[in-house]
Amino acid sequence: MDSFKKLTSSAVPLEIKNVDTDQIIPARFLKATTREGFGENLFRDWRFDLDGNRIEDFVLNNETYKGKILVAGNNFGCGSSREHAAWAIHDYGFKVVISSFFADIFKGNALNNGVLPVQVSPEYLQELFHEIEKDPNTQIEVNLEAEKITILSTGAQSGFEINTYKKTCLINGYDDIDFLISNKAEIEKFEISRV
Amino acid sequence: MKKTLFDKVWDAHVVKEIKDGPQILYIDKHLIHEVTSPQAFAELEQRGIPIFRPDQIVATADHNTPTENQHLPVKDALSRNQLAQLTTNCKKNNITLYGLGHKYNGIVHVMAPELGITQPGMTMVCGDSHTSTHGAFGTIAFGIGTSQVAQVFASQSLLLQKPKSLRVNVNGTLKAGVLPKDVILYVISKLGTNSGTGYFCEYAGNVFEEMSMEGRMTVCNMSIEMGARGGMIAPDQTTFDYIQGRKFAPKGDEFEKKVAYWKTLPTDQDATFDKEYNFDASDIEPMITFGTNPGMGIKISDHIPVKDNPTFEKSLDYMNFKKGQSLINHPINYVFIGSCTNSRIEDFRVAANYVKGKKKADNVTAWFVPGSQQVAEQIIEEGLKDVFEEAGFKLRQPGCSACLAMNDDKIPEGEYCVSTSNRNFEGRQGRGSRTILASPLMAAATAIEGKIIDFTKQMN
Repeated sequence: MDSFKKLTSSAVPLEIKNVDTDQIIPARFLKATTREGFGENLFRDWRFDLDGNRIEDFVLNNETYKGKILVAGNNFGCGSSREHAAWAIHDYGFKVVISSFFADIFKGNALNNGVLPVQVSPEYLQELFHEIEKDPNTQIEVNLEAEKITILSTGAQSGFEINTYKKTCLINGYDDIDFLISNKAEIEKFEISRV
Repeated sequence: MKKTLFDKVWDAHVVKEIKDGPQILYIDKHLIHEVTSPQAFAELEQRGIPIFRPDQIVATADHNTPTENQHLPVKDALSRNQLAQLTTNCKKNNITLYGLGHKYNGIVHVMAPELGITQPGMTMVCGDSHTSTHGAFGTIAFGIGTSQVAQVFASQSLLLQKPKSLRVNVNGTLKAGVLPKDVILYVISKLGTNSGTGYFCEYAGNVFEEMSMEGRMTVCNMSIEMGARGGMIAPDQTTFDYIQGRKFAPKGDEFEKKVAYWKTLPTDQDATFDKEYNFDASDIEPMITFGTNPGMGIKISDHIPVKDNPTFEKSLDYMNFKKGQSLINHPINYVFIGSCTNSRIEDFRVAANYVKGKKKADNVTAWFVPGSQQVAEQIIEEGLKDVFEEAGFKLRQPGCSACLAMNDDKIPEGEYCVSTSNRNFEGRQGRGSRTILASPLMAAATAIEGKIIDFTKQMN
């Protein structure tokens, strides 16, 4: 897994609430058997019409907005548990998703793929949308070690929470499998104790 | 300390607590299907890690499978490849697979309970958010991502933070024509799609106590639609009776011993929850959804609410509905009875009871898709197939089908589908399709009338 410490980037604003994982990656693209290549179909049905033409007013098709940060409305990633949603976001090039609320399974999937979900207050989220609208090149600094996010042009700062274990994993690029396997003796002991 | 049902099951599965971090939770049963497992198998293979407990894994093919001509090779090359990979992976790793055509094949959340794999007090996971279904048995069951599928493959455990607790109580008498699906759609319409996020939910009250296991599974299935990772109902005599005699259920003395343990699981009298909601059963009516998330539901007699916010308006635009509109008499060309929410025998009994002696509307294309081979067989045994055929309906073969339209069962662009499934997201049933979630009774009535009706008027 990629490691993550700190990132400064402009952002892509997606001011829609309850973005579900069926929109992030529609089910018809789940037939692949590898993790790669999902980025081209990220938000497929919002990016392209039925004939495959770009829908120009969708934000991902708007050249004005670029960056490694996706800023999205409340309750991002609800619905299906498909990790393909996190793979698509990662493969497209986003390293951070900012929202005022994340669905549980998506949040876990993102963290397991080196994508940092940053939960901020609804007010701070509005401030982000406002600043990006004013200046699409607004630089946002996400500092995982300090658990802080800053809008560099205004200095407006907000903290965010992440559990200590997951933070360590992300900073070092560790995943849960190694950790679980290192506890195998205890898992086996637990199994015997239940018989 | 007084404990909830959830606490009791969770605490019995904690292998270890990490300081300032998550807990290692032991997983009793791991269900897998073709869509969310291939990358997990590949990852383990790449890293040279063996599957730790293959005998605690059960596999089925369901998401991609055709619902017609299952004896023929699967037409779509990508689907065929994904199904073949599941077969290869299971064989290589000694995992039991109930693949396409097997007498136990079916939707993972239908076949596991009916085989007695799902039992009270267990922890169960699957790379599928509707794993919450199994909570109907007093089981901690929840959906996981593919990285977590790999973790369970490697260690039969997961690293998790214990979720908060939530209880939804529904007490009183349900009106005629109100089914378990209406109860859960009503609850979600009241609480919204993220009220349960971060929580595990328990459903309590006489309404759930009096429900069949099929009904309880419908309710728990949709817990994730309010954001809760899982939902549970305390095991009771209804649960024990359902399990007894099933293929993988404990037998004889072992069964009695288990029942004695299962009886200790219900929430202690004075246990407290982080959040609690109470609803009056008599307020619930048959429900339908009008928008693009499962929380956007109304009673059949109600009108679409009038709200001014861009997300709400975007949703109504997609559905081509107007604020303040009633959906009664709205023409419908597609009806789907199926999915892990409503494809069990009881759902088809309800539908058959309604359509008996009536005829399908000419404008309607109806897909009736049993949840498993066993349900399909039971439909024939009980004579329901004849009832459906006399009314002009044809049964299809088991699978997830039009719930997520990964196979050929897609609703065309712009068309409405009254569906017994669980999600009405944009394009869920096919690109541009418009889903209206409802109970099997509402779906059956729509299929007969060719439009949405308030069938309770026929009952009075």
